[in-house]
Amino acid sequence: MPREVRDVVFVDGVRTPFGKAGGMYANTRADDLVIRCIRELLRRNPQLPPERVEEVAIAATTQIGDQGLTIGRTAALLAGLPKTVPGFAIDRMCAGAMTAVTTVASGIAMGAYDIAIAGGVEHMGRHPMGEGVDPNPRIIAEKLVDPSALVMGSTAENLHDLVPHITKARTDAFALASQQKTAKAYANGKLQDDLVPMSIRDAEGGWGLATVDEAPRDTSLEKLATLKTPFRPHGKVTAGNAAGLNDGATASLLADEATARELGLPIAMRLVSFGFVGVEPEVMGVGPIPSTEKALRLAGLSIDDIGLFELNEAFAVQVLAFLDHFGIADDDARVNPWGGAIAIGHPLASSGVRLMTQLARQFAEHPEVRYGVTAMCIGIGMGGTVIWENPHWEGGNK
Amino acid sequence: MKAPNEVVTRALLRQVNVPGLDRPAALITLDNGFDHTKPNTFGPGGLASLDEAITAALAADPAFIAVTGKPYIFCVGADIVGLPQLADRAQALEIGRLGHRVFARLKDSSVPTFAFVNGAAMGGGLELALHCHYRTLSGGAAALALPEVSLGLVPGWGGTQLLPNLIGIPAATQVIIQNPLMQNKMLKPKQAAELGIADILLEPADFLERSLEWAAGVVRGQVTVTRPEVDKDMWAGVLYFARETLNQRLHGAVPAAYKALDLLETAKDADFAAGTAAEDEALADLVFSEELRSGLYAFDLVQRRAKRPAGAPDKGLARTITKVGIVGAGLMASQLALLFARRLQVPVVMTDLDQSRVDKGVGYVHTQIEKAVIKGRMDKNTAAKLYGLVSGTVDKSAFADADFVIEAVFEDLGVKKQVWAELEKIVSPEAVLATNTSSLSITEMAAELAHPERVVGFHFFNPVAVLPLLEIVRGERTDDVTLATAFAVGQQLRKSSVLVSDAPAFVVNRLLTRFLGTVFAAVDQGTPLDVANSALDPLGLPMRPLALLQLVGPAVAYHVGGTLHAAYPDRFGVSENLKRIADSGQPIVVDDQVNDEVAKLLVVGDQPLTAEQVRQNALDALAQEIRLMLDEGVVAEAQDIDLCMILGAGWPFHLGGVTPYLDRTGTSERVTGTRFLPRGAASLPA
Repeated sequence: MPREVRDVVFVDGVRTPFGKAGGMYANTRADDLVIRCIRELLRRNPQLPPERVEEVAIAATTQIGDQGLTIGRTAALLAGLPKTVPGFAIDRMCAGAMTAVTTVASGIAMGAYDIAIAGGVEHMGRHPMGEGVDPNPRIIAEKLVDPSALVMGSTAENLHDLVPHITKARTDAFALASQQKTAKAYANGKLQDDLVPMSIRDAEGGWGLATVDEAPRDTSLEKLATLKTPFRPHGKVTAGNAAGLNDGATASLLADEATARELGLPIAMRLVSFGFVGVEPEVMGVGPIPSTEKALRLAGLSIDDIGLFELNEAFAVQVLAFLDHFGIADDDARVNPWGGAIAIGHPLASSGVRLMTQLARQFAEHPEVRYGVTAMCIGIGMGGTVIWENPHWEGGNK
Repeated sequence: MKAPNEVVTRALLRQVNVPGLDRPAALITLDNGFDHTKPNTFGPGGLASLDEAITAALAADPAFIAVTGKPYIFCVGADIVGLPQLADRAQALEIGRLGHRVFARLKDSSVPTFAFVNGAAMGGGLELALHCHYRTLSGGAAALALPEVSLGLVPGWGGTQLLPNLIGIPAATQVIIQNPLMQNKMLKPKQAAELGIADILLEPADFLERSLEWAAGVVRGQVTVTRPEVDKDMWAGVLYFARETLNQRLHGAVPAAYKALDLLETAKDADFAAGTAAEDEALADLVFSEELRSGLYAFDLVQRRAKRPAGAPDKGLARTITKVGIVGAGLMASQLALLFARRLQVPVVMTDLDQSRVDKGVGYVHTQIEKAVIKGRMDKNTAAKLYGLVSGTVDKSAFADADFVIEAVFEDLGVKKQVWAELEKIVSPEAVLATNTSSLSITEMAAELAHPERVVGFHFFNPVAVLPLLEIVRGERTDDVTLATAFAVGQQLRKSSVLVSDAPAFVVNRLLTRFLGTVFAAVDQGTPLDVANSALDPLGLPMRPLALLQLVGPAVAYHVGGTLHAAYPDRFGVSENLKRIADSGQPIVVDDQVNDEVAKLLVVGDQPLTAEQVRQNALDALAQEIRLMLDEGVVAEAQDIDLCMILGAGWPFHLGGVTPYLDRTGTSERVTGTRFLPRGAASLPA
């Protein structure tokens, strides 16, 4: 049966405000966070008949309790989608939502379905990293992977060892810039439209409403310099130059381009290519370098063709290693213009879609840009990159 | 301020930023600190907390004030447990005024106020919501109601004044008076929204978020709330009709219902302050009425005692039931088959003498399932399961692996003994043998069995699916395992079980027969049928005696009467006139009027009694019989008699079942020398 690969578009994406683990979402269920996102996505796109959604892929790293039970399917049911809409759970650690997007995009491209929802959730307060893990003893017995590979902060320290020119001062400066860019983006109303207000509740205050991210903070180089280095004595990685432990969820709508046009759905981005590549688990932070190279190669593009970057800031050192590799300045305006995970937070499996949602809004503001990149490092040594085309591109240079 | 034992529902205040508003809104959460199984209520402490929260909210000059509940519960009203503890009328007045004063702050506020009714809202909880300027309602809320009249109160925190002026007098009369008197019917969210109680119905999944967004829209003028204009012209007509209906049903017996009518009348033109002052007076009167005290007692019986049956053995002894057998395939047996299959979800097999009866029984069950599916009360998967579970056969060996076999064959001791003897050869020695007899002796029925300890009485009330009572009868040799199993099955069937001893006709039928017996004795003496029939009107019973007779069936009544006459010939007479009515095959009442065709058949004496005398005879007979039953140990306590009469005969809350009424009219002391319940337990304190 001859068939063509179809163009896949990113229609829309939303997220809950991101909380700090143990903070505003302490009494909120993880599945409720992502259910809220799915409902809002449908509400913002009333021209989409719910039964036209044919797949729901939801990522979570720790798939137990309220993040278990095949969360894509149960979240779809609880969100009120018709029972005929299937769903599944997906896991690629920090790149869970990104993988949800590339997976359903692949299904759309090959014609298995026309419209899908992809997203992710991580409630790190209820499900701390490493909850319930049972690493195979061969990992140590056969020295397959250094045990430090399982502790993300340690992998960042390991990465520092390999790139000694990236000093702690440089990572702190990058982290401060991330905070400042996010503060400015909030002040200019750039981030709010992505956010879905989320009900919260605690015993003393009763019900409340989460409307902004909890993690961003007012800081300075002086303050950042005083923070502890919990992963290594006299190390470089601190809570200030890394993403924190966060709770949050995202969801996005992906569609076959022709179907999107037929239904009158907005087209925010067009998928160009994607790549996932494995690296040494002990230095998982370098992952986005080879994955971006792969995605560029598949797209027939070079790094110079990319006008906007949304890079997940798991650790400042890992972003800086990427920028150094590709010869991009630390303060290049194309990179994370509204700040990143260091300020906003990184609820593991949900973050990939946040990068896309923000890139989509920046595309709309930058019709001179044709291509953008979303990329992130992934635990156990991987990188993931998705390259997108700006449908608003007016034929300018970048 | 806090009442003794009050579980205080706190009003938790939080400032929330709502997108689109330039300043925070005040969100007040009502929460008593427990989960939904202990719902929010308002006592003095709770009202004081709400008062403080409103003060604090206003001080911050919020964009709006919204009140919502804890998960699943908005608020279920005043803390009625505290009502009997009020020392005097002045205190009752004060409670009414306190609620009014605090709630009025939400009505009079210059800042827009909202109720986000997220869960069950009843009584004072719903009245709080009615005071707010706007209401959102969750489609997930379990129920909404103003049930006060069912207990013997009126909605006394503004409900009678606000509701008719919001949704109109016909709907308000339905919610405040008719529903409470119809087995306390409640509104589903959709119905409440359609009546206009809420301005918008929202889905439960993101109810609070959408409510806040909607409220912001209202405040910003982007959402316009339109409500239909209330028609004042029909006010008097609707209330006149409602009063006539009440008179026909209750004959003045429920003061709360009449006070509610009066207050609804006031609501038409009175200003709010005058209307609420009238509510305060009505509430204070009712708090110190016998009917309320009986109502609270009855409420407690139904809510608590019914769930923990007195004298039931340890639940742990109960055996698991994996298959049910039903001897007989007549109407009763078929109703039982459906009930068992539906609630126990195990195979149920019916047997009868020939295939055509079996087919008819199974056919009845299938038809009922089909009807339930068509009416949307059962989903297709459940229906498919039930079709598979219910079967019929003429071969009793199908009972071999049943753990519970119930018989519903002809009411004759010989027939029933024969059934059990035959079955004992088929079933295991542990299988429970239950009988749905309404009057025969369990002990005698089991006498010749090898295992009489597994025989138990399991007496349902017709219609089986509707009446919640199950009399579980312990025979002389019934053992604890059998009894525990019977109670466990009763609970699975969602019935309220009462343990009774093996005395003729048990509780409900014995009392109703005794009671009807006095009425028929009066007729036999020459009292006109309509005088006798209306003699009990002042009690406000659910049915007049002749209507009850018609429901039970004159033939059945005559049969049960015969059994009781045999047991207690000096108290239970045999009325030949009853036999004449049964033999006539004609209805004794038509459209609530005595059927003259049947009346002509009666042979009567020439010593008519007055209605007053008939009533006194009937009440005296009840008091005497109840005392004898308690002395015989038919049930553990008078409370169980009342529970049986409420759940099995539908006797009203305002009588407390029956013994509180016999106490308060002085009947019990005059007839038996003593009260059934201590003063204050179901009545005003001394």
